[in-house]
Amino acid sequence: VTQFITDLFSNFWVSLAGKLLLVATMVPVIGMLLGFAEMKLSAKMQSRVGPYFAGGRWGWAQLIADGVKFFQKEDLIPEDADRPVFKAAPILVLVGTVSLFLVIPFGPGLIFQDLSVGIFYALAISSIGTIGVLMAGWSSANKYSLMGGLRAAGQLIAYELPLVLAVVGSVIMAGTMSMSGIVEAQISAGFPFVLVQFIGFGIFMIAALAELSRIPFDMPIAESELVMGYLTEYSGFRFLFFFLAEFANMFTMSAIAATLFLGGYWLPFVPESTLEFAGPLILIGKVFLLTFTMIWFRWTFPRFREDQLQTLAWKVLIPLALANIAITATLKVVL
Amino acid sequence: MTTSAQRTIPGSGLIKGLGVTITTMFKTIFLPKKYLATVNYPKVKETPVPRARGVIALDQDACTVCMLCARQCPDWCIYIEGHKESQPPSKPGGRIRARAELDRFDIDYALCMYCGICVEVCPFDALFWTPEYEYSESKMGNMLHDMDRLQDWMTTVPEPPALEK
Repeated sequence: VTQFITDLFSNFWVSLAGKLLLVATMVPVIGMLLGFAEMKLSAKMQSRVGPYFAGGRWGWAQLIADGVKFFQKEDLIPEDADRPVFKAAPILVLVGTVSLFLVIPFGPGLIFQDLSVGIFYALAISSIGTIGVLMAGWSSANKYSLMGGLRAAGQLIAYELPLVLAVVGSVIMAGTMSMSGIVEAQISAGFPFVLVQFIGFGIFMIAALAELSRIPFDMPIAESELVMGYLTEYSGFRFLFFFLAEFANMFTMSAIAATLFLGGYWLPFVPESTLEFAGPLILIGKVFLLTFTMIWFRWTFPRFREDQLQTLAWKVLIPLALANIAITATLKVVL
Repeated sequence: MTTSAQRTIPGSGLIKGLGVTITTMFKTIFLPKKYLATVNYPKVKETPVPRARGVIALDQDACTVCMLCARQCPDWCIYIEGHKESQPPSKPGGRIRARAELDRFDIDYALCMYCGICVEVCPFDALFWTPEYEYSESKMGNMLHDMDRLQDWMTTVPEPPALEK
C-alpha cells in the first residue's frame, strides 16, 4: 500500500491535485482561525466577553456561522458596475494570497515548490492583490470605492519598496533567494537573521502591515471616511473572499517574515533530526506570535493620515532600508 | 521652554499604548470577574439602577380616569376609557356620589418614548416606573399592554430610594 501511495504521488498530476487540495483547505481554515483569534483577542483587549454562544463553548463556531451567513446572502452587483471586473476582483485577490503558500518552507523539504527565486516570486505575486483591490475599487461605480481603490494603490506602491528593500539585507546574508535556502543559511550560521537584521525585520513588519492594509495603515477601507472603501459594494461570498484573503495574507506575510528573519522552521537548540516533525509546528508558532503582534497593533493604534503614511514610507523607511542594505553589503564583503 | 511632550522619547507613547492593551487583555483573561466591563447578557444580567426607566406600571385602584396622562403624552400612546358609576353614600342619609370606573387603560410601548411625563403628571400616583426591560415581542401589536398587564408590572416596582439629606 505504501508503495502504491508513493507511486501515486510521484505522478505529477496527482501530487499537483494533492497540493492544491491542501492549500485550498489551509486558506479557509487559517482565515477562520485568525479571524476568530482577532475577535476574541480584541474583545479581551477591550474588557469584553467576545463571541460566546456559537458552538456551545467560547463561541468557537462563530466564524463558521459567519461563513454560512455570508453564503446565504444575496450576491448583489450594483447596476452601473463593470460586471466582469467586479466579479474577477475578489478572485484575483484570493489567488494572490493562495499563490504565496507555494514558496513557504514548512519543514526541511516540506515546501510546495522550492523556487530558486522564491522570495522574489513571493514579493512579485503579493503585488497581484493590489491590482485586485484597484479593480474592485474601480468597477464598483461608487465614489467611496474609487477613493478606497486609489488610496490602496498609492499605499501599496509606496510600501512595496521598503518591503523589497528590507528583504534584500536577509538575502545578502544568506546569499540565495530560495526560501528554504535562506532557512538553511540561518541554520548553518547558527542564529536567526533578526539578531543582525533587526532594522530590516522592523521595516518588513511595518511594510507588511501596510501591504495588508490593516490598522494603523487601513486608509483604503477607512470606515469613518470611506464607508468600507473598495469593499463597500461587496456582499455575500465575494466579500467573504476578501475577508479570507486578508486573514490568509496575514498568515503568509508572517510566515515570510518568520522564514527570512526568525529562522523559519528552525529553532536554536532543537536537534535537526526532529525538524521533520517539529518544523511545521515551530514555523506556525512563530507565525502566530507575529500575527498576535499584528492584532495587538490593530487594537492599540489609531489610523495614519494619508500624508503621514506617505511620509513614513518615502522619508523614513526607504532611506533606512537603503542604509541597511549598504551596511549589510559592506560588512558581507569585509568580514 | 521644554514641555513634557518635548522631553519624551519619540515612540514612547506607542509603547505605552501597547502596554495598556496587553495589560487589559491579561486582566480580562485571568480576572474576568473583576475587570470585565460587560456582562454575558442572557446568562448574566445587570441589575438596573432603582430609577431606571424600564416599563410603566399602573395601579388601577388609584386611577381616577382624569385623562391627564393621556393628554400630556407627546406620542399619544395612552388610551383611556371609563364610565361613571354611582356610589352609595358613606354615611346614612348622605348624598349619592359619582365615581369614575376604569374600562380601558392601554399603553402602546411601540410608540412610547419613555419620557415619563405621564408618571410625573399623575395626581394620584397611579403610574410608576419599574426597571424591568425584558418585554420585547415578535409582533408589533403585542407591544400594546392592556390594563391587567400594566397592573401586573406593579409587583416589580422597587421601593423608592431614601431621600437625600
